[in-house]
Amino acid sequence: MSTALLQATTHEKKPSITKKKLLPYWLLAPGIIWLVIFFLVPIYQLISTSTQTQGYGIGTYVQTYRFSNFIDAITSSKAQLIRSFEYAFLATAFALIISYPLAYAVAFKSGRWKNTLLVLIVAPFFCSFLLRTVAWEQILGEQGLVIKFLRFAHIMGAQGHLTATPFAVVAGLTYNFLPFMTLPLYASLERIDIRMMEASGDLYANALTTFRKVTIPLSMPGVVAGTLLTFIPAAGDYINAELLGNPGTKMIGNVIEARYLEIVDYPGAAALSLILMVTILILVMAYVKRAGTEELV
Amino acid sequence: MKQVSRWFSRNLIRIYAVLGFTYLFIPIIYTIAFSFNASTKSNLVWVGFTWNNWLNPCGAPDVCNALGNSLKIGVLATFFATILGTLMAFAMGRYAFKGRSIVNILIFLPMATPEIVMGASLLTMFISFGFNPGFWTIVIAHVMFCISFVVVTVKARIASLDPRLEQAAMDLYADERETFRRVTLPLVAPGIAAAALLAFSLSFDDFIITNFNSGDVNTFPKFVYISAQRGLPPQANVIGSSMFLIALIIVLVGQFVGRKRTGVR
Repeated sequence: MSTALLQATTHEKKPSITKKKLLPYWLLAPGIIWLVIFFLVPIYQLISTSTQTQGYGIGTYVQTYRFSNFIDAITSSKAQLIRSFEYAFLATAFALIISYPLAYAVAFKSGRWKNTLLVLIVAPFFCSFLLRTVAWEQILGEQGLVIKFLRFAHIMGAQGHLTATPFAVVAGLTYNFLPFMTLPLYASLERIDIRMMEASGDLYANALTTFRKVTIPLSMPGVVAGTLLTFIPAAGDYINAELLGNPGTKMIGNVIEARYLEIVDYPGAAALSLILMVTILILVMAYVKRAGTEELV
Repeated sequence: MKQVSRWFSRNLIRIYAVLGFTYLFIPIIYTIAFSFNASTKSNLVWVGFTWNNWLNPCGAPDVCNALGNSLKIGVLATFFATILGTLMAFAMGRYAFKGRSIVNILIFLPMATPEIVMGASLLTMFISFGFNPGFWTIVIAHVMFCISFVVVTVKARIASLDPRLEQAAMDLYADERETFRRVTLPLVAPGIAAAALLAFSLSFDDFIITNFNSGDVNTFPKFVYISAQRGLPPQANVIGSSMFLIALIIVLVGQFVGRKRTGVR
């Protein structure tokens, strides 16, 4: 898995041109058909559902092109929508701060332990995502050691708690998507030619200047890929908010899930899903344009 | 004192790395430790050490049914996604053709779409076509979101191949088919294996898309999510710990074999 994600961020070469013109289409056809039927058509269905209104009976909807569904969806879930992007932004920032030195250490300071450390970075991934989140819930929870220690040491009063707080949700998001940040960062740091840093030193730059003017700019592709890979799943996540949060930390994913599976309000949920998707796509495109790296696939 | 602070600043990055790895592994160690807990109901407080949970991993109701479903879905989804994705990767990595950039976008989009949107949209489609969600809708969904990751992984491997190896095979009078079978495919194989491993772990670990499209079929993540509210049985920790250890062993063995085959360090 480590190699998979690493290779995902390495450069690609121009494919060679061959005479057989139809072969690539035959190779592509099965996968494309699958993606069209089970990705594009559903998205189309989602778009068409988003403007429907309730018909006769629960769960039946008719197409009425009611675009105000979108306005209703935004006004009723504005808080959760904004919160999702806030939490995702914070989690991405924290993940970057935690991952950069970690990736740097593995890339430049690990010597012959490099491959082992790389495996260790992805290893937590092999334990179920939900189990890890439940583990954090129990470690930080009322029965856990951390809170008992904090209360014992009078750092926290008897009323204070760690779980069911925004802090716990952001911490959970940060932890769960951390490898998505570390691996692309490592991949781009690893590619840097050490001689570039040496040259900078030879030209009388101190360590800090070298880091700021050489290392960081050269690792930008990794920063861009890592922040995107962290931000996108974090913004749509609802497991962390559900397990580590309280009713006041609900994210947009919680609202969509509840509207779909509990309230059976398909148009509202579809409208919210589309708003989430479009907002993310706009943010991603603006960000990628700004960062100037367009080689993501 | 001065020496201490010098040592500290020189090893700052290493100290940081140790702290970072500790942070990464806290919940894993916790999960493994509590798989040995002799608790009878909710696995929240340490009661005492026991082997019982490991000797009896199906002891909690429904846990092995959920695990079995997850394994079956994982294998099926990995099989189809790896085949479809590898074919696409060869097309993308080896040929210039019209519509390339559109295909690129189609491959990129599922990776840039939040899971909840994919889960919700698939369910919308299944409902409107009168399809009841269940085992096969989960497999379909998993194949869909795994394909892109397979393409990206295998394509990267194809792109990193030295074209001179294939040219050499051709120079030695191997025809195109033979070159592919005896040179290209063996060289790409590690990439395909990595992609399959990635697909399996994505499928096995998926909760959000599965939760939307599973009907009343239980999977392991679903089991954990549902029972987390009442307290997770220690058997869930046993299964999580064994999956973790198995995956770790596969990766370490893969690395070892890879190093031996290429003869690098």
